[in-house]
Parts: sequence; C-alpha cells; structure tokens
Amino acid sequence: MALYNDIVMDHFLNPKNVGELENPDGTGVYGSPVCGDMMQIQIKVDGEKITDAKFKTFGCGSAIASSSMATSMIIGKTIEEALEVTNKEIIDNLGGLPPVKVHCSVLADKAIKNAIYDYAQKNGKHYAALEGYDPNADEDDDHGDIEE
Amino acid sequence: MRNVYLDYSATTPVKEEVLKEMIPYFTEKFGNPSSLYDKGLESKDAVTHAREQVAALINAKPAEIYFTAGGTESDNWAVFGACEKLKSKGNHIITTKIEHHAMLHSCAFLEKQGYEVTYLDIDKDGFIDLKQLEDAITDKTILISVMLVNNEIGTIQPIKEVAAIAKKHGILIHTDAVQGLGNLPIDVKDLGVDLMSVSSHKIYGPKGSGALYIRKGVSISNYLHGGAQENRRRAGTENLAGIVGFGKAAEIAKNNLENHIKHCSELRNYLKDRIIAEIPDTYVNGTMEKRHPGNLNITFKYIEGESILLLLNQFGISVSTGSACSSTSLEPSHVLSALGVPVEMIHGTVRFTVGDFTTKEDIDYVVDNLKTIVAKLREISSVNSTKGW
Repeated sequence: MALYNDIVMDHFLNPKNVGELENPDGTGVYGSPVCGDMMQIQIKVDGEKITDAKFKTFGCGSAIASSSMATSMIIGKTIEEALEVTNKEIIDNLGGLPPVKVHCSVLADKAIKNAIYDYAQKNGKHYAALEGYDPNADEDDDHGDIEE
Repeated sequence: MRNVYLDYSATTPVKEEVLKEMIPYFTEKFGNPSSLYDKGLESKDAVTHAREQVAALINAKPAEIYFTAGGTESDNWAVFGACEKLKSKGNHIITTKIEHHAMLHSCAFLEKQGYEVTYLDIDKDGFIDLKQLEDAITDKTILISVMLVNNEIGTIQPIKEVAAIAKKHGILIHTDAVQGLGNLPIDVKDLGVDLMSVSSHKIYGPKGSGALYIRKGVSISNYLHGGAQENRRRAGTENLAGIVGFGKAAEIAKNNLENHIKHCSELRNYLKDRIIAEIPDTYVNGTMEKRHPGNLNITFKYIEGESILLLLNQFGISVSTGSACSSTSLEPSHVLSALGVPVEMIHGTVRFTVGDFTTKEDIDYVVDNLKTIVAKLREISSVNSTKGW
C-alpha cells in the first residue's frame, strides 16, 4: 500500500551517515537541484580502505534512502570494491524501489564514483574502473528513459 | 495518532447528510430512470430534483445541467463537442498554460488531429492577461477555455471579462469550474459562460459524478453516444446514487457557502501566517488576493516536496506537492512553471487545502510538526542558504 517498502522507509526516516566529514579524502557531488535530486558523498580513506563516509542529499524519499544505503555499503570496503557497487545492488539492498524512482539510486552510485575520482585525483591514484571516467558527464539522461 | 487531512482540492469526504440521501438509491430505490413504471419514475424524480439542486448552486436553469461522470468527462465533452460541432468554422482553440490535464491533454490530442491551440501565459500573481487573450483570437478561433479556479495555486481568473471578450467575437466560452464550485459564489448568467464543468467530489459529494452546464441555445456535439438519457445529449444509464449525492452536496454547499468561505479562509490565513513567521526561507506561490479560500501553496527552499509529504504522512498529515519526484511523469508542476517559479524551487512546493472539517488545532499540529520536518530535511540537504543552490 505504501509508496516505499519498510527498508526504504527506515533509511529515509533514520538515515545513516548524514553530514559532512571534517577532512574528507574525497568529495563527490552528483545531480542538481533543477533535476530534483542532488547528492554529496564524502569519504575518508586509510590505506586502500574506506573508513568513513557521509552524505548530504537534496531530494525525494528514495534519494535520501539510497544515499544512506550507499554510504553504509561502502564503509569498510576497499576502493576497488566500492567502485564495483552498482545501482542494482543498492536497490536490491533496499528491497526494491518503485520503477519510476530507480533514477534516484543511479545518483548514489555516481556520487560514490565522483568521491573516489576526487580522492584519486588528489592522491595520484589510478583505478581500472575509473579509466576514461568523466565525473561531469551529462547527468540528466537517466530522467528521460522513464517517461510514461 | 492524529489525522489531519489538508488536501481538500484533491478530493473531499462525502458528508453524512449526503451519504444518507444516497443510500436508498443503491438498494430499494434502484429503478432505471428511463423505465416507465413507478420504480423508474421515482428514480427519474430523484434525478430531476438533483438537477434543480445543482442548477440552483450556479444560478442555471435545471435544463442546462447535464450529468456526467465527473470533471474530466465534462472537460472532454466541452472541448471535443465544441470542436466537432464547429469544425467547419475553424480549428483554433485558446486556453491557458495552467489548465487541468483534462483540458491540456485533450488539447494536445486535438493538436495531433490538426487543431491549433494557443496556451495563454499567466503573470507572477497567477492571472492571465486579457490583452494577450484578445490578441490571440483569429477568425479560426472556435473555443476559448479558461479555468475559473486553479487547482494548484487557487487563483481565480477573470472569467466574466474573458466571457465578454469571447462574446464580442462570437466565440464559445468554456470554463473548468471544478475547483471553484462551492468555494466562491458562481452565477453562470453573470459570468456569461456557454459551458462550465463541475464535479461532485470536490464539494463533499461522491466521486464519479459531475456535470456540464450547457447554456440554453448553445449546441455542441455529443461525446458519449447511446441511449436518450440527459435530454439525448449524454448517453448512459444515470449514476443514480451519484447524482442524488451530487445534488444534496450542491444544496448544502449553497446554504453553507458564506460560512465555508469564512471558515476556510480564516484557517488558511492562519496556516500561512504561522508558516511564514516560523519557518525561514518559505514563499507563497501565487497572490493571496482572488484566491480559493482553502488553498495555500508554499515553497520550502532547499528541500524536496516528496520528502516533506512522506514525513508529514508519518504524522498522519495529508498534503500534496508540485515536485516532479511525486508525479509518475517526473515532470515538475506545469502551473508553477508557468508562474515563473524556478524549477529547483518547484521541487520544494507543498499544496495545503483546508476544508469544512479542518480545525485550528489541526493547523497548530501541522505547523508544529512541519517545523521539525523542514529543519530535519534541511539538515540532510546538500543545498542550504549559505551554500546556495
């Protein structure tokens, strides 16, 4: 009956990892308020391991829930592992999203990539998964596919 | 948990007195109004009575009221019926950018059939420009359709002036008065409209029941074809209980109109004053003058409407939002876009509509919770007053 399932609602009502890190090793922003969703994810890295992550999100319930889930998923992972996190995994861990809302988690996976990209740039690191990655690639194309 | 319904523009509960009138027409008084025996005539009388009640609310003659399945059918009938009837005369329609989708999507369909449609702008207060209207008229214009009251921002358009312009040029004038009915005095004679759509479920009547007012002497083509119901103009066995309920709701709305307007506008203004005073970075969309008495449309900067709606829902509060994320199409509100509200601000809009059952305690409960909710979402948000958008 409800718009979202219990897991999504829990991550929306009690989001984990909200806020900003004091000295982030990487910051990624994706989306824009014009599109209705904008997400910032920051990471703290120790060695190759993500030890902490925080998010700030302007957006709907599923955007906030997927930010919470995505940051929870990458904490404790290595950079290589975090780069493998897909939208599908975020959605699956949330127990599914309404089809029209799927673009909200696309945002989370891009924000993670952008945060790691920022970290890599600052530290002269190279990761195969970021080969040719453009953090400023058109962010709006997800929206068009979902037209009813 | 307390339940506070502030979405009366979406729909209203059926009033007890209305339901009481309807119930016998589901069971013992179930006759088909077209049948010639007593059981049918009894139903026919009920429809006749309801027609008088609806007519009285808008100062029409009963014979000018044609019952339909609701506002959408009435709008469709008006526009398609007018276009079919007048197709030899022209192919141009003038309407506005802020109509209900029942009108806009009908017009979009007609554009595909070769009709031309002019969509009038609104100014920053939410009103159309009568000069732009008159300038848009060509010798091919066959219909002008301007809504009386907008469903999102509640602004009341100058329909009397629009109708005068239409009349001067000999063009049919239709108004979608679905949001206006029962919320402001409506006199079709004074307004001078040819066609007017109204709906029952916005005035504490049942859903699936509405009417099209067709001024005596005005001819448009039929939309539903079949039996001889509604004076041969709208086929289909009457929605008997729905019509009876609409009639009773119209009668109550007429008797209660002054109180209703006073009650709603006082509580709406109280809601507005508290929100603006107690929650920073909030803006009212559309002017507060010439507005639906229960309507308030607010932008909460830096946060998104669906999130607000969901959190309010956690406290038993029902509202609606213009945010794209809340719609299945992911399109931000066309009304707020036409009003010139920046897209990022449209995402943060909430529409509150108060109604007959709203109390001052309800408003206090909503504002108290709203303050916490807005603060919480702004804490989560990646945009804020210092960072900007």
